[in-house]
Amino acid sequence: MTDQAFDDAKVDGIVRGYRRRSAKRVALVTCAAAILAVMVVLDVITGPAELGFWRTVEVILTPANATPKETVIIWDLRLPVALMAVVVGAMLGVAGAEMQTILNNPLAEPFTLGLAPAASFGAALAIVLGWSVIPGVGGIFVTVNAFVIAMLTSLVLFAFTRLRGVTTEAMVLVGIAIFFTFNALLAFMQYGASELQLAQLIFWQLGSLARATWPKVGICVVVLGVLLPYFLSRSWSLTALRMGEEKAASLGVNVSLLRLLVLAGVSLLTAVSVAFVGAIAFVGLVGPHIARMIVGEDQRGFLPLSALAGAMILSGTSIASKAITPGVVYPIGMITSLIGIPFFVSLILAQRKRHWQ
Amino acid sequence: MTSLSVNGLSFSYGARRIFDQVDIDAVDPGKLTALIGPNASGKSTLFKLISGLLKPSEGRIGLGNMDAATLSTQARLSRIRFMPQFFAANAALTVFDVVMMAQKQLRGWRVSSTDMDAVGKALHEGGIGHLSEAYVGELSGGQSQMVSVVQALIRPADVYLFDEPTSALDLHHQLAVLGQVRRAVTQRNAVGIVALHDLNLAARYADHLILLGDGKVLAEGAPSAVLSDTALAETYGVEIAIGQGPRREICVHAYAS
Repeated sequence: MTDQAFDDAKVDGIVRGYRRRSAKRVALVTCAAAILAVMVVLDVITGPAELGFWRTVEVILTPANATPKETVIIWDLRLPVALMAVVVGAMLGVAGAEMQTILNNPLAEPFTLGLAPAASFGAALAIVLGWSVIPGVGGIFVTVNAFVIAMLTSLVLFAFTRLRGVTTEAMVLVGIAIFFTFNALLAFMQYGASELQLAQLIFWQLGSLARATWPKVGICVVVLGVLLPYFLSRSWSLTALRMGEEKAASLGVNVSLLRLLVLAGVSLLTAVSVAFVGAIAFVGLVGPHIARMIVGEDQRGFLPLSALAGAMILSGTSIASKAITPGVVYPIGMITSLIGIPFFVSLILAQRKRHWQ
Repeated sequence: MTSLSVNGLSFSYGARRIFDQVDIDAVDPGKLTALIGPNASGKSTLFKLISGLLKPSEGRIGLGNMDAATLSTQARLSRIRFMPQFFAANAALTVFDVVMMAQKQLRGWRVSSTDMDAVGKALHEGGIGHLSEAYVGELSGGQSQMVSVVQALIRPADVYLFDEPTSALDLHHQLAVLGQVRRAVTQRNAVGIVALHDLNLAARYADHLILLGDGKVLAEGAPSAVLSDTALAETYGVEIAIGQGPRREICVHAYAS
């Protein structure tokens, strides 16, 4: 073999490795989407009333063939909840993935860094006091309040990232400080709230899909439909950021601007999901980590799979919340916390191990 | 044929003045230039100023007949390549991924076959083809320096700036990397400036030396002239003797004074 042919063979080998990995990534994302579709149908079936799998699929695909009873159960009651779980799960997965990317912190997600409690507090301001942070926004002021407070909190987080010597762990401590601040403020709200308002506040804190409606699903789809393509369009810049701030800057990424825009997007995702289903912990943490382990951190695979993983977790939780005790629907926030906390602790321990080496 | 020049460059970090009216004569393309100077003499800062990552308070960076400040950040960075040497995070990105990123320059979403072949070829030529599927977080310091050199060289540019590309490399790889940089600069007829600590390497590989110290250019010119300048010993605070090696190359010996 000549030198030239030898070199070509080597180069081919290297390129083949990358092609194989790209093809695997596409296959995995497709596969995850298919599993998610099955999970949605299972979510619809779970609960009282005997529904068959294929019959349910048929009713979902061709609503005209359904009996009135099926239409009510599937289309009016179960499907909005099942889809809400999917969309909110995807929103939290995306929010977590991008927070971890821009803050360069494996423990970052809307809940651990205090964005979700901040959004809850914003919502509480609206419910208990009827205060609107931005006047004149009308009926959506609960969501707007949640967004504005979440955004202000992320600006505080952004300011901390600008300080020198703030480590990954220190950021989490800042997050805990924010978390407790807003929990205390929330308790303050609860103390002064009427019984009706109190019930509503508890709903925020536990996180529940029970109040899902078609318009709410629609708003979530629109928000995700705008932000996910935006994040995807910035794929290379976001991936570059993971090589380190200096390297990203030398490739032409405007690091501060990108961080600020992405944090604004994450705040919006968090605020909308908190406003509709309450604070759901750890989906934004676990989803991206599963995606990272499977496809790595090239955003072109990482981001879609984070969204799908988040959606699958929340959809699975929705099924579990109905299946644990027949006839009782547990708030999903409780379940995700119970699943997420061991995961969170194991991540912190893995982090510690790296520092010891 | 685009040369690089620096006129009246001043810069400070807050109240700390790094450069005061620094001038560097036109650095010719097609030759390798070494930037030498003690620690904290401003080598990295000078590179950041040239590439536009830092803004000078005064002065002009000339690219050919043009003022580099008139270019947009993107355009300037694609003409002046500056690649920091180490990866900050233990990201789940492979060596192929990060070199592909340098190849794409943040443009376009899809990766074409041409892109893939270019990256495969660059990795093979840079001697790191076997690391293609390794995660950047798992690389040793030396390996990540070699990846950075490949990242820097993958696209054509008018100016290449390397900040200590060999500091973590063993002897064999020091020579290989500097040889690779020198070849690329000559073939592409581009300006190549390498910041080096090892004066012997600088003497061996560079056609032109620039000595930086106390925020000023203390000497510039051919290696033999700069290395025998008294300013060299003064700024490093050592005694320096120049000799000749077994293959008639310049050897720099330093003694504590």
